Amino acid sequence: MATLEIHDLHVSVEAENGPREILKGVDLTIKQGETHAVMGPNGSGKSTLAYSLAGHPKYTITGGTVTLDGEDVLEMSVDERARAGVFLAMQYPVEVPGVSVSNFLRTSATAVRGEAPKLRTWVKEVKEAMEKLHMDPAFAERNVNEGFSGGEKKRHEILQLELLKPKIAILDETDSGLDVDALRIVSEGVNRVRETGEVGTLLITHYTRILRYIKPDFVHVFANGRIVESGGAELADQLENEGYDKYVKGGASA
Amino acid sequence: MAEAQNIPAGSTTAGSIAVAAESTVATRMSAPPSFDVADFPVPHGREEEWRFTPLERLRGLHDGTAVATGEGVKVEIEAPEGVTVETVGRDDERLGRAGTPVDRVAAQAYSSFEKASVVTVAKEAVLAEPIRIAVHGEGGVAFGHQVIELGAFAEAVVVIDHTGDAVLAANVDYVLGDGAKLTVVCVQDWDEKAVHVAQHNALVGRDASFKSVVVTFGGDLVRIHPRVAYAAPGGSAELFGLYFTDAGQHQEHRLLVDHNTPHCTSNVAYKGALQGQDAHAVWIGDVLIQAAAEGTDTYELNRNLVLTDGARVDSVPNLEIETGEIAGAGHASATGRFDDEQLFYLMSRGIPEIEARRLVVRGFFAELVQQIGLPDVEERLIAKIEAELEASV
Repeated sequence: MATLEIHDLHVSVEAENGPREILKGVDLTIKQGETHAVMGPNGSGKSTLAYSLAGHPKYTITGGTVTLDGEDVLEMSVDERARAGVFLAMQYPVEVPGVSVSNFLRTSATAVRGEAPKLRTWVKEVKEAMEKLHMDPAFAERNVNEGFSGGEKKRHEILQLELLKPKIAILDETDSGLDVDALRIVSEGVNRVRETGEVGTLLITHYTRILRYIKPDFVHVFANGRIVESGGAELADQLENEGYDKYVKGGASA
Repeated sequence: MAEAQNIPAGSTTAGSIAVAAESTVATRMSAPPSFDVADFPVPHGREEEWRFTPLERLRGLHDGTAVATGEGVKVEIEAPEGVTVETVGRDDERLGRAGTPVDRVAAQAYSSFEKASVVTVAKEAVLAEPIRIAVHGEGGVAFGHQVIELGAFAEAVVVIDHTGDAVLAANVDYVLGDGAKLTVVCVQDWDEKAVHVAQHNALVGRDASFKSVVVTFGGDLVRIHPRVAYAAPGGSAELFGLYFTDAGQHQEHRLLVDHNTPHCTSNVAYKGALQGQDAHAVWIGDVLIQAAAEGTDTYELNRNLVLTDGARVDSVPNLEIETGEIAGAGHASATGRFDDEQLFYLMSRGIPEIEARRLVVRGFFAELVQQIGLPDVEERLIAKIEAELEASV
């Protein structure tokens, strides 16, 4: 069973006046089949955690370890992490002009699966996955994220999640900017993947709204660069009612 | 930078081109257009039209020291039925009708060539196959002149392919009759030492359509100057270009679209990728809308993708409008580094770095490559782009 173990993770970014520490010792273990929600105020470092796990070059790991089934994730390049089974659904997916969605998906699936998917079954697989996410077939011929609406971008991210079948899925604010219908469609996509029992999900969010559709097994409160409280789904209800105030003292959320 | 050698008032020649000669676009040239090389001073390098070009690498094309050698270039023309191919002498009346040399090297070419090729597509002939012109450098110095003329309502595709090694200065005339449709794909796939300077003049007839695709990969120094003017209303011109500039290469594309006639359109899009130390791409896009050219619709764009440190781009769009009665006019120029966020996004989907770079660069060129409409040329270009990228990693 796949397990992602994050231990005492410290991460810095280059700021104007030298490096600034964003993550200050994160401990978290995610097992295949589990869903962990990480919730916290803006600026608490949630997205930094997501991007650091995926290997974004902007972030410098200054301490701690991340392993996937014992393998050192921090030693891996960005593409190696993806092929090892780590997937990041981004909050702001990037436009890639001139590269069609269908070309991108196939190139990506080929890389992650280690061989090119058979064309006939692949076409069917993509078509079905797109139908489930209520995506027009014409979408496949558009350029990656170019001119996509907010909802289209997120559906496209979840489409990749469904096709790439990672061991660990990190969803960075997948709910942000979505209306209720889009949120439901995207959540259903995530749930289909979760129901396979093959994926460990790290759901990063500011709001509790998405947790009505995606029920977490664990909820963690993230503040000032670390997890400050952990509990079950009931912790989300408490956050819904009380907000993050008690975790954010003296404007530490800036 | 308008210099002291501006055209004196009243000295312009007759005809519509002469109006252009009084404009800023033309007057910042150091001499008026002329077929005679003696009318141009030897450039010193600070002139507006030469300031980006390393004169010392022109191998004497600019100062009269380059002399034609017997084995300069070999020209082979393959044409389908309905096309007449002739080799003519200097006195043939069909030469030089689409435009006049505007700088010393173009005038040198016009003053020095011995034989010209004239390719004529008969009136109303619609060619099923492209005309292919292979210009192969044999290591010498050559001066060339080519005319491609389409009769009224003729339709043709021409592929001009430059390979080998040469020092070549040339003028190419495209003359489009009324309602004619001409697509020209001009590929500079030279060996690494080649020097190539050319002026392309298109004269677009009434309701005629001219499409030019200039593709520059090779050579030590390549400087192409496509120019378009309209003989009558209703003409359209699309000028597309792709270049891939490697370490040490100088690739310069200077364009002029002279909207001298009402109700014509033009669309210019050039894209280049650069990599390596002292790769230098220059793009000058001049669009002139003369007072008479009401109803003009024009847009020009240049994009550059800088893949490594050490490369340099000079991109200068220039739009001059002498009438407010136009349908549209715009320009855009952007030069950017390779986008690390795109790379991260693709790699985060398991795609290895080299393949991710290839996808982004292919994507960058894709819409222009698709404009070519000739599968064999498109495939060759894509293969060439891939080979350039392979070489860089």
